[in-house]
Amino acid sequence: MRVLAAMSGGVDSSVAAARLVDAGHEVVGVHLALAAKSSGGASTAGPASARASRGCCTLDDARDARRVADRLGIPFYVWDMSERFRRDVVDDFLDEHRLGRTPNPCIRCNERIKFAAVLDRAIAMDFDAVATGHYAQVVAGPHGPELHRGVDPAKDQSYVLGVLQRSQLERVLLPIGGDDKATIRAEAQRRAFAVAQKPDSHDICFIPDGDTASFVLARLGGAPGTIVEAGTGATLGTHRGVATYTIGQRRGLDLRTPAPDGAPRYVVAKDVATATVTVGPAELLDVDLLEAGAVTWTGLPLDAPVDLQVQVRAHGEAVAARIDASGARLRVELATPVRGVACGQSVVVYDGTRVVGSGTIEATSRVARA
Amino acid sequence: MEQRVYLDHAATTPMVPAAREAWLQQSAEFGNPSSLHASGRRQRQAVEEARELIAGLLGTRPSAVVFTSGGTESDNLAVKGLFWRARATSGADRVVTSSIEHHAVLDPILWLEADQGAQVTWLPVDSVGRIDEDVLAATLADPSGVAVCSVMWANNEVGTVQPVHRIAEACRAAGVPFHTDAVQALGHVPMDLGELRADAVTLSSHKVGGPFGVGALVLDPGLALTPVLHGGGQEREVRSGTLDAPSIVGFAAAVEHAVKGQEQRAFHLVTLRERLIGGVVASVPDVIVNGDLGTAPDERLPGNVHLSFPGCEGDLLLMLLDAAAIDCSTGSACTAGIPEPSHVLMAMGRSEEQARSSLRFSLSESTTEADVDAVVSALPGAVERARRAGGARAQVS
Repeated sequence: MRVLAAMSGGVDSSVAAARLVDAGHEVVGVHLALAAKSSGGASTAGPASARASRGCCTLDDARDARRVADRLGIPFYVWDMSERFRRDVVDDFLDEHRLGRTPNPCIRCNERIKFAAVLDRAIAMDFDAVATGHYAQVVAGPHGPELHRGVDPAKDQSYVLGVLQRSQLERVLLPIGGDDKATIRAEAQRRAFAVAQKPDSHDICFIPDGDTASFVLARLGGAPGTIVEAGTGATLGTHRGVATYTIGQRRGLDLRTPAPDGAPRYVVAKDVATATVTVGPAELLDVDLLEAGAVTWTGLPLDAPVDLQVQVRAHGEAVAARIDASGARLRVELATPVRGVACGQSVVVYDGTRVVGSGTIEATSRVARA
Repeated sequence: MEQRVYLDHAATTPMVPAAREAWLQQSAEFGNPSSLHASGRRQRQAVEEARELIAGLLGTRPSAVVFTSGGTESDNLAVKGLFWRARATSGADRVVTSSIEHHAVLDPILWLEADQGAQVTWLPVDSVGRIDEDVLAATLADPSGVAVCSVMWANNEVGTVQPVHRIAEACRAAGVPFHTDAVQALGHVPMDLGELRADAVTLSSHKVGGPFGVGALVLDPGLALTPVLHGGGQEREVRSGTLDAPSIVGFAAAVEHAVKGQEQRAFHLVTLRERLIGGVVASVPDVIVNGDLGTAPDERLPGNVHLSFPGCEGDLLLMLLDAAAIDCSTGSACTAGIPEPSHVLMAMGRSEEQARSSLRFSLSESTTEADVDAVVSALPGAVERARRAGGARAQVS
């Protein structure tokens, strides 16, 4: 097969590419340049535009990926996807926050960049498949390829691939999902890749310091408002902007008066229209009914209500649930309540290790009272 | 190794046998050319013979030839060195240059502008990439405070040859030091530096079949400039650093080959170039040929073919041709491999999209009809595929 290996410059995608070469595929490495380019050039006239984007050339990750490709003896190119990434992932991330929702940009990137823009391009360029270093597995099933969890529970990334549809899955190779991280690192070491000891990437790649609140606040601007107590409606404090809070957040609330019973308080609701953040005890975070839109099917679509499992965050646990997909939306009745679910998060439906489909959570509620 | 069609000679070209032989032979010798003992003298003699050979071939004096580490250093030395010197002696702070210079001139000037307070006049170019001489004349009408004027002899991307003799004359009349980057021109156009009478001329070895890491600035011995590299002062106190005798000897042999074979080479290259352009135009209907279409040596570099393929991304085309064993370029190299829209094409009035849709093929005397025909047969399919891939990119979301 002619395979385009997306090479981030990290351990996982490096080993993924190496395994494809070993398997005898014709592999071409492509590094996706996603980060916004630095702007420079003080010139007011003349060819200053030539200066505007040289920041791209100093990215260590691109160089790391190139060195691995060199060692593997495969062609290597950089595809500049920064414009698309800004529009489809970063701007989308900010738009969602503006609406008071909690998006997962990694899912958006997989949905719109890696397994859409890049995959479509690769196919047009006569590649048979795109490979990545995700910890998940594509397994042949009775109805075509199936997406399954990676075998390493600590690294499993099937959740962020939950938006993949069958037509995409047919063109996707995930060569490392059958191993755990330690095995992959050891293999990188054995292959003498310079990236073998590179630390794992964490969090959101375009917010390298991990301070999402400041990132959002700097770009959306703050709309100050009040923090109120659930139930009583009493004003407990002020805030700089609703968008900087996450459902389930406990730290950084800076409340003046403690709860009467001394119990910790969490963000339990956000209202963008009135710039109000509602806080309350942990129990108020428990929900057992989810409604999700933007439904995608990785496996066969579900037509009748069925008992399966769902996961609502990248590193969360799977929870038993009854899934009803008879309408346009997914209705998910959780067998046990889940704490801290925000609109904008994805719910991924599993049947054991197999990914069935996904949806974007649009409403949450508590039906059964403990 | 697989048989490849190499049409990126403007990036670098294989060493010519005479240069490699001279280089290897000298590398067996030992000694520092600056040493006073016999071992040093032997190396020194080789360096000086190389200097005399180059000067003789180019119609200049040996004392004008300053060896450097290559084109980038020579350009930096000329531009910064002349600017700093003029500013120190007369307070001059103006720089005149074209809007299509190689990065080795462009970037030092942008740096002088941003960091050193230089006032820069960017000479515009027409649609084929030739500078506007009226703007130059108007600029030089008031030459006060102009530290240096730098205009390349021939453009590395689109191959347009500049009227350097008239520019040199205009600068001389205005009393402005003139530098030209002749890296692409050497070996491809007739070159008599005694006739040109520029103040500084940049040459590179590896572009003409010599070893990497060596070049020269042919600098009027009567002209003072501030060094970029301070140290032992090996080259006329203008450039410091131990001289690399084997590379210098190889460089000289390559210059000899380049200059002596220039006319015949140009004839061969123009013939092949026209075959390539004609073949592509016939098989890819909407291709655009950039640069001057003339075949005279003062119009276009004989081995340069620069094409735009509307609706294609040049980097995808390059990738497809790479897979088809054809080496070419999108024009301007970037170490991380992201092609930027060429400032040269933008200055010629092209859109960013068109600038990104371009490929440069640069031929050499070793290029054959079969090489050219391989490109002509591979391009239509590659263009069609790259267009589809570009469409795939645009249609998502």
